[in-house]
Amino acid sequence: MSHATPSSTVVSAKDLGLTFQTADGPVTALTGVDLAVRKGDFVSFIGPSGCGKTTFLRVIADLEKPTSGKITVNGMTPEEARNRRAYGYVFQAAALYPWRTIEKNIALPLEIMGYSKADQQARIERTLDLVNLSGFGKKYPWQLSGGMQQRASIARALAFDADLLLMDEPFGALDEIVRDHLNEQLLKLWARTNKTICFVTHSIPEAVYLSTKIVVMSPRPGRVTDVIESPLPKERPLGIRETPEFLEIAHRVREGLRAGHSYEEHV
Amino acid sequence: MGEASFFRDRLLPISTVLLALVALWYVFVVVLNAPFERDQAARAGGTIGFLELLPKTMAQERPVLPAPHQVFAELWDTTVNKAVTSRRSLVYHAWITLSATLVGFAMGALLGILLAIAIVHNRAMDRSLMPWVIASQTIPILAIAPMIIVVLNAIGISGLMPKALISTYLSFFPIVVGMVKGLRSPEQIQLDLMHTYNASPAQTFWKLRWPASMPYLFTSLKVAVAISLVGAIVGELPTGAAAGLGARLLAGSYYGQTVQIWAALFMAAAVAALLVIVVGFAHGLVLKRMGARA
Repeated sequence: MSHATPSSTVVSAKDLGLTFQTADGPVTALTGVDLAVRKGDFVSFIGPSGCGKTTFLRVIADLEKPTSGKITVNGMTPEEARNRRAYGYVFQAAALYPWRTIEKNIALPLEIMGYSKADQQARIERTLDLVNLSGFGKKYPWQLSGGMQQRASIARALAFDADLLLMDEPFGALDEIVRDHLNEQLLKLWARTNKTICFVTHSIPEAVYLSTKIVVMSPRPGRVTDVIESPLPKERPLGIRETPEFLEIAHRVREGLRAGHSYEEHV
Repeated sequence: MGEASFFRDRLLPISTVLLALVALWYVFVVVLNAPFERDQAARAGGTIGFLELLPKTMAQERPVLPAPHQVFAELWDTTVNKAVTSRRSLVYHAWITLSATLVGFAMGALLGILLAIAIVHNRAMDRSLMPWVIASQTIPILAIAPMIIVVLNAIGISGLMPKALISTYLSFFPIVVGMVKGLRSPEQIQLDLMHTYNASPAQTFWKLRWPASMPYLFTSLKVAVAISLVGAIVGELPTGAAAGLGARLLAGSYYGQTVQIWAALFMAAAVAALLVIVVGFAHGLVLKRMGARA
């Protein structure tokens, strides 16, 4: 895009912190997070539950407000970025509206953003094709399997012109075979669309397989313990997961997770 | 389990219960109406045998409990044999009540939906309105109905409107309660999704809250339409209204016309059943259009 910032940084966080005020006192969900996501990156956030990975994604999406530090999305505040529809968000559950067909679900953001009917139809067909769901547009969500529903929700996030895709454990509820398949498809989709993707997961192989950058986080308080730039090539067949390079990165991620003392602290 | 059979699964159980009820009804007819016949016989200076007594208990002009066939004869006579414009026609009276019911139901549904929207979208409304909505239903309708009629009459409103307003008063309540729940039924994740699109409150309402509330709306409409009818009938009682099912009940009780009372009751039940069926049909139609599982 023409309006790329000089550094082409999509997300930039400086000493970001977020503390929830709860009935049991303040809970620090995030503290001292410094991070830059460059245009075209595939960044995974990995860590045990409570490490703030989802919270960080929600801060980028302006679904949560940080309580300290600075964050910009496309050089703007998250709220401005959200108002300009800078990102598509894929939730843990497909969150399809059950009274809408798959194509009507994909049309939902387009209707809200005021795309013309003809444009809507073209985008529906294009994104259904991107997620390999052509021919399923007239089906209702309950007629599709869980994996297909999640693909439909990805199509919905891709339907409008947002260069940033935020994905919060999108395949967490699916079985491993389906998940492998969807990961492979996601990489192809990323290569075809040139989007920047922020991807939350708690699976080490998933994070290593998908990412150009892996952000390892640990809980209490939620913080970043390691940032790993992946040396793996952009072209990644599923077999790459058996190579020494892959296992080496996976090992470093596991070490990073262990260094966060996350398991010992778990009660 | 074998395949579904209309006869075995629907007709047989329903008709069995119905027959049992009718049989029980006849037993009570004999028991309750017998003292009058014995009394008559005693006055005539004789006694009466059971076999002689039996048919007489089922053919009294003003029985304590009319027999089913008497009620249905009266129903037949006042619906089929009378012109619908005649004041002797039960169809005429049913229509008077039904028209007030429908107007009251429409106003109640509208009021209920509007209140629910206000409550869901405004915290202050939620806090201040809901207790009043609940309090309104703790007042016995029989106590407040005459007041409404008298006050409205004093400002020149009479006829259908006061009855319709009593219907409204009763029917808005289940709709408020149902719709507040329905409009709040979308999951957080579905609301977050709207937020990520920077959707306006109106868009969130029409594309998410409203469609999500449909099952709740129709469930409460079914309850509301039945009590709308009760409201209209109650509204006809205190005025000594000249027409309507309520007037029919009142007149029947003044003159001891128990057959007429029971006929009016059955007519009211039939109208209520019809209304609930119509709402249920609309429910099915809307859900089908919204892609519900067959």
